[in-house]
Amino acid sequence: MDLQNRVWLVTLAGIAFVALGFIYAVARSRVPGDAEAVHHRAYAVRRWWFLALLLGGVGATWASLEQFPVPDQRSDVRNAQVVDAVGRQWLWQLSRDRFVAGVPVEFHVTSQDVNHGFAIYGPDGRIVAQTQAMPGYTNRLVHTFTQLGRYRVLCLEYCGVAHHAMMAGFDIVAPDNGGRS
Amino acid sequence: MSKPALMHPRNESLGRGERIALDLYVVTALAVFLLMMVFGIAMRMAQAGWIQVRVDVFYQVMTAHGAGMVGIAGLASSAVMWFFLRKYVRLHLGMFVANYVLFLLGAAAILGATFVGHYAGAWTFLYPLPIHSMNLWSVNAAALFMTGYLLIGVGFLLFYLDAMLGVLRAYGNLGRALALPWLFGGRLEAAPPPTVIASTMVIITNCLGILVGAVVLVMCIVNAYFPSVALDPLLTKNLIFFFGHVFINATIYMSVIAVYELLPRFTGRPWSVSRPFLWGWAASTVLVLAVYPHHLLMDYAMPRWMLVMGQIVSYMSGLPVLAVTAYGALANIHRSGIRWGMPARLVMLSMFGWAAGIVPAIADGTIRINQVMHNTQWVPGHFHFYLLLGVLPMVLAFMYHVSGSRAEDAENRADRLGFSFYLLGGLVFVLAFLAAGRASVPRRFAAHLVEWMPYDRAGSIGAIVVVATMLLFAVRIVARLFRPAVPADVASHPVS
Repeated sequence: MDLQNRVWLVTLAGIAFVALGFIYAVARSRVPGDAEAVHHRAYAVRRWWFLALLLGGVGATWASLEQFPVPDQRSDVRNAQVVDAVGRQWLWQLSRDRFVAGVPVEFHVTSQDVNHGFAIYGPDGRIVAQTQAMPGYTNRLVHTFTQLGRYRVLCLEYCGVAHHAMMAGFDIVAPDNGGRS
Repeated sequence: MSKPALMHPRNESLGRGERIALDLYVVTALAVFLLMMVFGIAMRMAQAGWIQVRVDVFYQVMTAHGAGMVGIAGLASSAVMWFFLRKYVRLHLGMFVANYVLFLLGAAAILGATFVGHYAGAWTFLYPLPIHSMNLWSVNAAALFMTGYLLIGVGFLLFYLDAMLGVLRAYGNLGRALALPWLFGGRLEAAPPPTVIASTMVIITNCLGILVGAVVLVMCIVNAYFPSVALDPLLTKNLIFFFGHVFINATIYMSVIAVYELLPRFTGRPWSVSRPFLWGWAASTVLVLAVYPHHLLMDYAMPRWMLVMGQIVSYMSGLPVLAVTAYGALANIHRSGIRWGMPARLVMLSMFGWAAGIVPAIADGTIRINQVMHNTQWVPGHFHFYLLLGVLPMVLAFMYHVSGSRAEDAENRADRLGFSFYLLGGLVFVLAFLAAGRASVPRRFAAHLVEWMPYDRAGSIGAIVVVATMLLFAVRIVARLFRPAVPADVASHPVS
């Protein structure tokens, strides 16, 4: 299951959990009860609710940042396939458009004019990685492609009236095919 | 129900001038909300392939929709804050009116820049796009758009400074008004009421937000006419997102005052100020200022510590006030014998929308997830969740309440049906965005691939339902506003 699907399911579960809490409270709202008793019980439960949120937050932080997901911006990746990616209204210029699967690809992403978003879409139409393309700065995006096929680059930062048409593409090929283009 | 509560206490009654000013706010807010919703439907239907909209017009509409919705949410929320805060501190009607007049002037500038000057640089005016249009709009149009923002910002600043003056006169200093002396001890009965605490938090944070916004707007306007005065794109981006994030969050924190004030009247139970409540608001004052880097998680040139801070503060910032307030609302209604009416329904819907909308927002604030969700439709999915189903219901609850002081029929069947359809349409609308985000559909695209259109069509249907019910609410509220005022003794009848 890809990351998008996992996030989608967790989000739906979270929304459903919140909804159930509201449905429960609303369903039991019409019949009056002892306000003091409700107050004491609710605030006793609240301690555990806060503790659960705290532990959940700490756990999610540790799990998601233990391996920092953004590549080091100051050093090159060894043996990477390096490509310069330059955005400008409204096209992408890639210094290479063919890469070998299983070997890291290091994109040096920048812009010649306004902010753009450099988003790589896999053959299945899902985003696999992205960074911003900004004038005056170069962002290093490193990704190791495993799936062969045609990948598309779309702009995901609004950059003017042909923003949606700003596309490029590249191929990921098997290792024994990598040197020939 | 514990004890009867006054629905319309006498200290909330309005003088003639106050009533006219508030009516102008309410009517303007409803009209602009509706117009901006129609813009939103037009965009979704164009993406769905159901109507044809020229791409340049699409992006002009998108720009107006973003600026208009953020601005009108701010204006409507400021009316909520003004209405309740004036019970505790002295506010000057002139500043409330000045905010309204400057808003209208700013809105005229923005609409003129967009639809006459063809400005289409998005509401975020991300430097250097406003001055780099490929000759599709002029520098003057970009400057007019940003001047419109400045006018609106000045209006809000006047309103906040007046509120600050009132708070300082009543409570001595902002720390006391934020209840800081009661964080570790002291009699909670002596602490300021929730309305004052929330207002003080907004005064502190949004004054800073607006000032930063003014700085970056002036910088951009100067750069537009003197390009040799170059700006740093990353610094400018930081300033814009700080301003934008604080401003839109302030709308939630102003509107939630309606929940603190109104819910206890429906349930007959007071909204008790607890120590966690005070800690929640104190923490949020800091966190809302520190969280904006979560908008820049894909800017790898940002210092690493800021990206980490963006994620962690994202996790933390929603929880103090939200967990305290949403949970407090549930505890307040639980076995309360609440008398359900439109304001009560809308208040509880707003709590649900805010609480549930935080879930996809927190997911997107995680760097690893942001790498596949950033600037997809996941983003409008989560912010529409807590704006359309959170802030707007708070505002509507307030409007139903205020107009209810002038008419005895609290609600009718159309209201109840409208509420159900608003909830249903709203859920379809936001879930279509989130589902599209899961499928990596980009946001802010005038033209969509065929495989993306099912999401657009579902979203369009949800949006049409929402706008139809919003039109009903608007008609009902305005009709009640302009009925002759009922006598004060009737207006003060208890709810039970």
